[in-house]
Amino acid sequence: MSTIVAARPSPETRISPVFRFAMLLPGGLVTFFLILFALCLVLFLAFRGNDGSLLGVGLTAENFVTVATDPLYWTVTLRSLVIAGLVTLATVVTAYPVAYYLAFHAGRRRNLLLFLVTLPFWTSYLLRVFAWKIVLAYNGVLNSAFIETGLWSEPTLAFLNTPAAVVVTLAHAYAPFAILPIYVALDTIPKSLLEAASDLGARPFTSFRRVVLPNSMPGVLAAALVVFVPTVGDYVTPAMVGGPASTMIGTLIQSQFGKANDWPFGAALSVCVMLVILCVVLVARGADRRFGSRT
Amino acid sequence: MSARADTNKDGRWLGLYVLGYLVFLYLPVLLIPLFSFNNSIQAAFPLQGFTLDWYRTLYGNPALSGALANSLVIGVIAAFGATLCGITVSYMDLYGRSPLAATISAIARLPILIPGVIVGISLLILVNLIGLGPSRVSIVLGHILVALPTTVVVMRSRFAAIPKTIREAALDLGASDWTTFRRVMLPLSAPAVLSAFMLSFLISFDEFIVVFFLAGTEPTLPLYIWSQLRFPRSLPTVMALGTVILTVSFIIAGSAEILRHRGLGAARRNPA
Repeated sequence: MSTIVAARPSPETRISPVFRFAMLLPGGLVTFFLILFALCLVLFLAFRGNDGSLLGVGLTAENFVTVATDPLYWTVTLRSLVIAGLVTLATVVTAYPVAYYLAFHAGRRRNLLLFLVTLPFWTSYLLRVFAWKIVLAYNGVLNSAFIETGLWSEPTLAFLNTPAAVVVTLAHAYAPFAILPIYVALDTIPKSLLEAASDLGARPFTSFRRVVLPNSMPGVLAAALVVFVPTVGDYVTPAMVGGPASTMIGTLIQSQFGKANDWPFGAALSVCVMLVILCVVLVARGADRRFGSRT
Repeated sequence: MSARADTNKDGRWLGLYVLGYLVFLYLPVLLIPLFSFNNSIQAAFPLQGFTLDWYRTLYGNPALSGALANSLVIGVIAAFGATLCGITVSYMDLYGRSPLAATISAIARLPILIPGVIVGISLLILVNLIGLGPSRVSIVLGHILVALPTTVVVMRSRFAAIPKTIREAALDLGASDWTTFRRVMLPLSAPAVLSAFMLSFLISFDEFIVVFFLAGTEPTLPLYIWSQLRFPRSLPTVMALGTVILTVSFIIAGSAEILRHRGLGAARRNPA
């Protein structure tokens, strides 16, 4: 194949400059201006002092010093990491069997099931979180259902406004994110590998542990990333069902650009979150390489 | 033989698990339509009887219809922009053979790795810097960004599924790059284009996290819902509105999914 391409000038080499420019323009504008330039602005603002103006004044690392020295930010960051970690763990562990079923057992129902598990992904995130608010509320669905069935005599406040409520709500909201990457990884495992394992006498569980699981790890890691990233910066769910004890780092960033009105400090917090995510991505990359990624 | 029987038994247990998973996935969401027909201001059991009153409160509400109009206009324009970018970015990524095209495609998928709150504040700084401020134009820019990874992924997989030989044949027969793109590649991926458009419309229509930072005085539908959540009395109205939105989302997402798969067989059937 490659020798043929080398012997004959392939059509790609003839692309006209005008066509190339026109085709690269829209994507180039959006990616370089709206993504890269906007992120650079955040980085720049993080090193400025707050004087109420749009881009702040001076050049200072004071924002980062505050983040590093004030225990409040350590507590909130740690809480965000724990909540996002728990959500990621719960989502991936519960999604894995579903993806496994889709890849190996679903048969003719596969497309329908794939559609059903991805459909919630396209519905309003706000409404999915709101649904949990009415489930967990003091005079809400869960309490009233328990009283109705006689399991409880008094409604309990224990559901709403707890970190546990945040974990459950986020795990539900991001559940559809995890299935697809794992399913793709499982589905692309060559069937000959599984046959070889069973031919060589591996019992089903051994073949799962030694062949299927390691080969699906790239999908598991991808799933963990796409769940972890949006949950660690979330501010909607803590506000809706979390109460004051579940303030997350996203909540703090949001308030710096709202009520607290300290944009440079909010930018510094954002930079810290991006650094944390960068570390997580690098760890995932490393783990991915260890499992010998096929992608 | 026994191994086969084992697999079937495993499959059955797994099937039950998947069923339970689907119930967990859908049950909380389906409570919204259930209680939207309930004749009580509380979302609690036992149900108090059937009513359509909450749906009647949706009519003749100027704040609501204003938000709806905003959401529709912003959704269509953002979907147009995101689809255009998705088509060009993925086409050049696959056929452009330039590092720049590959870089743009990689950056276009980057927003997946940025939490929404940071996308929101970075755009807020940007639109203030260029003088737009929080406005409907800013929301459109934000939603193009949020929908971009989806349209790139949808279009890229579609272009990649078209046999290379079709495009090479067109070029060898003397068609220009533009003609090849417009008369050959684009018609072959028309269902995916429509699917990308619908999905990005849906993303914009339902988006809350980014729009929260970019909206001026003209809210979108999710922002209107958010503002109503503070008032316990308006919860039933929110549930009725939510039911309508969920229904529309299900229909659009379902059609987009069908479109995404349609025609893929036709392109693959004659791989030359």
